[in-house]
Amino acid sequence: MLGLNKKDTSLLLIVAGLALFAPFLLNPFPADSGLAQFNAGYPDLMQRFVIFGIFAIGFNILFGLTGYLSFGHAAFLGVGSYCVVWMYKLVDYNVIWGLPLAIVVSALFSLLIGFVSLRRSGIYFSILTLAFAQMSFNLAYSVLTPITNGETGLQVYSNDPQVLLGATEPNAPHLFGIVMNQSKTLSMGAWEFTFNNGYYFCAVILMVVFYLAIRIFRSPFGMMLRAVKTNQTRMNYTGLSPRPYTLAAFVISGMYAGLAGGLMAAMDPLAGAERMQWTASGEVVLMTILGGAGTLLGPVLGAGFIKYFENIFSKINDGVLHSWFSFLPDGMENLLVGIVHPFVGKGWHLTLGLLFMAVVIFLPGGLMEGGERLKKRFSKTPEVKDPEHRPEDKPHVAE
Amino acid sequence: MSKSTLTRRGVLKTGAVAGATLATPTIFTAGSAAAYTNEPTGSTVKFGFNVPQTGPYAEEGLDELRAQELAIEHINGMGDGGALNTFTSKALGGDGVLGKKVEFVTGDTQTKSDAARASAKSMIEKDGVVMINGGSSSGVAIAVQGLCQEAGIIFMAGLTHSNDTTGKDRKANGFRHFFNAYMSAAALAPVLNKEYGSDRRAYHLTADYTWGWSQQESIAAATEAMGWQTVNNVLTPLAATDFSSYIAPVLNSGADVLVLNHYGGNMVNSLTNAIQFGLRDKQVNGKNFEIVVPLYSELMAAGAGENIKGVYGSMNWNWQLTDEGTKAFVQSFGQKYGRPPSNSAQTCYAQTILYADAAARAGSFNPCAIAEALEGFEFDGLGNGPTLYRADDHQCFKDVLVMKGRDNPTSQYDTLELVEKTPVAQVTYDANHAMFGGDAATLGTCNAGA
Repeated sequence: MLGLNKKDTSLLLIVAGLALFAPFLLNPFPADSGLAQFNAGYPDLMQRFVIFGIFAIGFNILFGLTGYLSFGHAAFLGVGSYCVVWMYKLVDYNVIWGLPLAIVVSALFSLLIGFVSLRRSGIYFSILTLAFAQMSFNLAYSVLTPITNGETGLQVYSNDPQVLLGATEPNAPHLFGIVMNQSKTLSMGAWEFTFNNGYYFCAVILMVVFYLAIRIFRSPFGMMLRAVKTNQTRMNYTGLSPRPYTLAAFVISGMYAGLAGGLMAAMDPLAGAERMQWTASGEVVLMTILGGAGTLLGPVLGAGFIKYFENIFSKINDGVLHSWFSFLPDGMENLLVGIVHPFVGKGWHLTLGLLFMAVVIFLPGGLMEGGERLKKRFSKTPEVKDPEHRPEDKPHVAE
Repeated sequence: MSKSTLTRRGVLKTGAVAGATLATPTIFTAGSAAAYTNEPTGSTVKFGFNVPQTGPYAEEGLDELRAQELAIEHINGMGDGGALNTFTSKALGGDGVLGKKVEFVTGDTQTKSDAARASAKSMIEKDGVVMINGGSSSGVAIAVQGLCQEAGIIFMAGLTHSNDTTGKDRKANGFRHFFNAYMSAAALAPVLNKEYGSDRRAYHLTADYTWGWSQQESIAAATEAMGWQTVNNVLTPLAATDFSSYIAPVLNSGADVLVLNHYGGNMVNSLTNAIQFGLRDKQVNGKNFEIVVPLYSELMAAGAGENIKGVYGSMNWNWQLTDEGTKAFVQSFGQKYGRPPSNSAQTCYAQTILYADAAARAGSFNPCAIAEALEGFEFDGLGNGPTLYRADDHQCFKDVLVMKGRDNPTSQYDTLELVEKTPVAQVTYDANHAMFGGDAATLGTCNAGA
């Protein structure tokens, strides 16, 4: 379907299914039960899953295929956000103006940074991108305050021009009247499911860009990118210059990041400079590695994983722990709370760090490798070794 | 390439089924009955405490959290009641609010606007909180305040000192108990004048972001008004940890006062560098060289250690005050946690009590009713003396403390001594003051959401 082979079609369908039914899948526990703490099916987090999924898919096109580790992708995320908020301020709240601009501006921006940074490879490339991103952050945080509103973050004020703002137009981000932050709630017995306009808008975009990513992965262009990763010297000797390819990959992944940043502002009309900080760039690296660099689905999983920890585990405080263990005798209860305490609430970084270590040590291929191993355990048929990294069966050029 | 078996009939069928599935939820839609966002229907009501639990201000955030938990205990009638006993409004009876027991959820702002908004959103969307309280940075406070305005719940700001929070970024659903940069400057200037004279030349080092600028602008205006000259203002990057290169030029500038518009780790480092350069032992223009830190906190005082001795600054509140409200709160806090509360903890405690009290007086958790109950509300007994929640900009007006680093501390918490309690009249300004957005700044209209 759509020019994909059978396996990729099913992969796309799986992603589409996951995205469409996320409100059900992420809310497995009844709303008033103790386990509702672990439900992730509320609009903001679902939007974040998808947006960071898009960010990680884009990052993976660069890192997963060419092996160039960029530590500055958050800069494009920030640029995308600022574009969208500026369009809110100047034109109106319709996201249709801001999102294309976000992609275009981040493409130009990444062309500039990529052109300079890609003169080097390996660690030097990483450092260059890191420097550029940190420079962008500092500019946004202080020097460019008239444009970015500095520490406070760019917001829409009632005295902004908003030239196209109609009298009946909603006063929040929307797509031709479909307001992003509006939701419908479906109650089924003890369960509650929330369907949010903004989430589905992001989910549709995710499917489109995921499809594009598959096409890039399977294209001759994707093959060239893999060649860059495998052996750049050999590629040079065959008379091919890798730079146009790496630059193209860099710009494409910059556009993905810009789109993700734009979507963040489309869901929540604010753009802050912290979005560009090096920690944000590091986060997408973690997502990609955690999920499985170079795989199609991995980065999306990794993004979901990290965002889940950040938003769910950080909210488990001592009060919640006590209510979980309250059925135990007092001494036992306090002991158990004492043991779990360092790993939740303010200690969510610790849990995530431990998990990250475990994944890197035991599953170097990320969560995707875990999935593959499970699949192998349960199916008798011998799997092809390393299915992502071998040439696809392609029809002959003359066909 | 794979062959797909798409037929016209098949597509139509799937389309019809999909359409029907998508349409069904609207039939079951509940929601719309609520009068405002997260109207509590059961026997409990939820507050959201959004504080930095990781990052540079984690220590402050955790102290805020302690105070907020204590406030919930007092509202629910557990513990000794703390400052509820001294609070002038008696609408809270120690049985929760409006017959509902108060519960709370916590979140981590990480001192980042994005993370703070994410955690606030999850509290609103998932946990169904009616208000959000806390925070330890102006950027975060302004971001979360904007979010609460859009979502239609009340925001009670924690530690936020920038003029903008209740200045150009003021919102109808947001309220600030903490003081601001303008008040700091207005309170400090007369004391500096008295101690150091009116013929001084000041050199400013300013953290290069919104709060730093507004602090510098305020203190420069206030000191110039009494005759000081501003020699220079140098902006320092927020991430700077070594300020030596910024301190060295001070020596040759002819200035005799150094004003450090820094907060947190920045201030600890810049002050330490300044002391290492021996600035305080110098004589310039025939006067002793002095250092001023406009905004103090217990955390910074502890971090700077010996170096803060004799250095002037301002605070919103200090645990060493002797009024009844302070005593009740400090005793209650000390009993539970074994340490005195910080001034950010006190502000969050007061904000939680003030919100609960406003809900009780308004007879509803509707944010618009609560905003109305808080606007123009005059109270006393929470530690800051007589206080007014001004209706025009939702800023609290109360006395400001001028503090000095103590020369002979008696304990690890006894780092600052009270120099003067500046009366509220001296720090009051017009709601349309130029530093607060002028006439363009408006609260907008209250949003109840839903």
